[in-house]
Amino acid sequence: MSDNQVTNILVVGIGGQGVMTATEILAEAAIALGHDAKKTEVAGMAQRGGVVSSHLRFGNKVLSPQIMAGQADLLVGFEAAETMRWCHYLKPGGLVLMNTARIVPPVVDIGLYDYPADPIAEIKSRGYRVHAFDAMAIAMELGDVRLGNTVMLGAMADHLPFPPQVLLDAILKRFSQRKPHMVEVNRKAFEAGRAADKAANQLSHAEAAA
Amino acid sequence: MAAVMPQPAASRLLLSGNEAVARAVWESGCRVAAAYPGTPSTEMLEVISTYPDIYAEWSVNEKVSLEVAIGAAFAGSRSFCAMKHVGMNVASDALMTLTLTGVVGGLVIAIADDVGLSSSQNEQDSRYWGRFAHLPMFEPADSQEAYEMTKAAFDLSEGFQCPVILRMTTRINHVKALVTVGERVAHAATGFKKEPARWVMTPAGAGKRIPLMFERDKALRAEAEISPLNIVETGKDRRVGFVSSGPAWMHVRESFPDAPALKLGFSCPVPIEKIRAFAATVDQLVVVEEVEPLVEMELKAAGIACLGKDILPRQGELAPNVLKPAIAKLLGEPEPVGLKPLGRATPVPASVFPRPPTMCVACPHLGVYYTLSQLKNITIAGDIGCYTLGAGHPWNALDTTISMGASMGIAMGLDKGRAEADKDKRILAVIGDSTFLHMGMQGLLDIVYNGGNVTVLLLDNRAVGMTGGQANPGSGKGIHGQETPRVDFAKLVESLGVKKERIHVVDPYQLPVLFKTIREEVKVPEVSVIITNQPCVLIDDYKKQQPYEVIAYKCTGCGNCVDVGCPAIHVTRREKVIKPSGKEVELQFVNIETAACTGCGLCVQPCAPEAIVHADLTKPMRLVRH
Repeated sequence: MSDNQVTNILVVGIGGQGVMTATEILAEAAIALGHDAKKTEVAGMAQRGGVVSSHLRFGNKVLSPQIMAGQADLLVGFEAAETMRWCHYLKPGGLVLMNTARIVPPVVDIGLYDYPADPIAEIKSRGYRVHAFDAMAIAMELGDVRLGNTVMLGAMADHLPFPPQVLLDAILKRFSQRKPHMVEVNRKAFEAGRAADKAANQLSHAEAAA
Repeated sequence: MAAVMPQPAASRLLLSGNEAVARAVWESGCRVAAAYPGTPSTEMLEVISTYPDIYAEWSVNEKVSLEVAIGAAFAGSRSFCAMKHVGMNVASDALMTLTLTGVVGGLVIAIADDVGLSSSQNEQDSRYWGRFAHLPMFEPADSQEAYEMTKAAFDLSEGFQCPVILRMTTRINHVKALVTVGERVAHAATGFKKEPARWVMTPAGAGKRIPLMFERDKALRAEAEISPLNIVETGKDRRVGFVSSGPAWMHVRESFPDAPALKLGFSCPVPIEKIRAFAATVDQLVVVEEVEPLVEMELKAAGIACLGKDILPRQGELAPNVLKPAIAKLLGEPEPVGLKPLGRATPVPASVFPRPPTMCVACPHLGVYYTLSQLKNITIAGDIGCYTLGAGHPWNALDTTISMGASMGIAMGLDKGRAEADKDKRILAVIGDSTFLHMGMQGLLDIVYNGGNVTVLLLDNRAVGMTGGQANPGSGKGIHGQETPRVDFAKLVESLGVKKERIHVVDPYQLPVLFKTIREEVKVPEVSVIITNQPCVLIDDYKKQQPYEVIAYKCTGCGNCVDVGCPAIHVTRREKVIKPSGKEVELQFVNIETAACTGCGLCVQPCAPEAIVHADLTKPMRLVRH
């Protein structure tokens, strides 16, 4: 995936969405395969609904934990405007997996700023490939909005330098230890995320052809 | 946090720098650990408290935490204390004399600098403390080093009988990386031995210890010169050689893999001769240090030519995106290699609204700030905590923030130093429970003793909210969740001398009561204390209520509920109308994100048309979409 043998994945969203947990599970999957890995966040007071960007770098040997602008192999966005905020971190032509859900902050509600009209179009206009789907709606259909995190991980599964099963195992291992009754529904959420990504991929090819 | 079985030795674990230090503290046989929470240091004590066979406490402030660690070290136990950078400002009174007495049991002090200001009021460089207090300092560059250096710090501390400072930064504390852990080795306490010439620092006694401290300086410098924590990595591109420490070291290796570089792990005292020898092997020497030019100044004073802050910024992190262009410019290379992938220009970020941190849905502080935002002719001295967010939108109801507990003294000064034009201004101070106990009560005592006219709002939410809801003496819980005596704030402030009739305990969700109480107390020309009594929504004490929803046709767009500032309230439509008076107003029609609402009822109270009602829970919860 990367010419310097370090894979750079940037996961972004807002505080409370599970961005940091998702990246940690991804890191655990990479470690299970014997990679070196470093994970770092820019999360100033993120527990209070602020911006979160979680950097994961893995490979033979990782030095700096930070991904620089223009270097990410994959951008995973848990929220539409946040995906747009960080899209310049991708390599030219890089792939964006994004939740289309919009979480509007108070500064927009009180009229100080506008929410971007069309984040997907803006990201595409910069030459990035976009797979967009409503992860929150998928999670709600499965009965719990918190499953959105696993849906997003499922969407990543076919874009990693290791088999999807490794990531699924890392997710299920975490739940089997802490919440065994949540294992099956997370397996479903993971597969729903993979399916959503595939559908979005087909859609983006169809659009490109048209 | 309850104790759990630690992961077995030789495990390869993904640990943050804080978790790595905690593991090493436990393995080192440390018996006493103390801290006051503060980002990015908090998790060190939080994780230590989960290990068996070690006493851990949340102290009331950093100075007390250091004193607890000092006492334990005097008793011959290995001890540890952790704090954020500004915490050492508070603790330094103890530190500056501790350096004269030294210790018996190993004492390691971890200081977490917030380089890049992710959650702090300043960006001071804690490496100054090593110089100021004549103490050795280690600087890890990732989690594995944080683990190893913590263990080495205990050994050095006992070897030289002085505390050792472990200087970390956010980019170490909060980065997760692989650590191979080891076994715990118990260290029994050797016992306190009376030795007044050493432990009782009178002027005469202290005067005799100062020359010993200078002797120790020399010995420590010799130790640093040969320390295996200071390493040279050779490189074939000798145009620039680097001296670096901490996370900046990783950025240097990432950015210039072919350059020679000297890593300072044992960074104070600076191993001058080792660096002098290294400097002779390269064309130019560049010091890459976060934040201040401390090593650079020492090298220049020692006659070693080097560059540092002449070409690198004195603020923020020295990541590859900063280092590469600076060094390219130094070498006269126009194109910073690696920053322009595939020959394209450095990518420019898209323009997106800012997303500042907000108060939580149903936060008890919302009612306080909504009320304060409705009052006129007031000045509000604020403090450090979640409630600092009251300075932001939509409340704009906080006028100063300096340091822990400062709201009290600053309010007093605003009162006594007021201009003639401000003679009718009401002075308020807003402070949280934990900040009040940390350093605020002395300030209140000063206001009472010296006759200040200040209305104090003591926001008691039973937790250290901003750092994640840790316990404090006002929580009635200890670090393990165990029951402890709970401070009675009303009795406490009464005993400081606040008149009983000027003390009010109010429910911050009862807006009319809160409003009436504040409005009446600011008119009284003496000190009043209004204590709010509802818990932080992030701790177990908080009980969710039935959520609310908006009946769309009843909403008149007045926007009163929006002014509460709850993140669960969203404006769905705006409309400009001309009032009969001819004035143009913007209406804001709203919806409530029922899935997020926990039914505090704050927004219901200012809603005139009664458009906000309990949600019908038989219907599926809706997410608000725009």
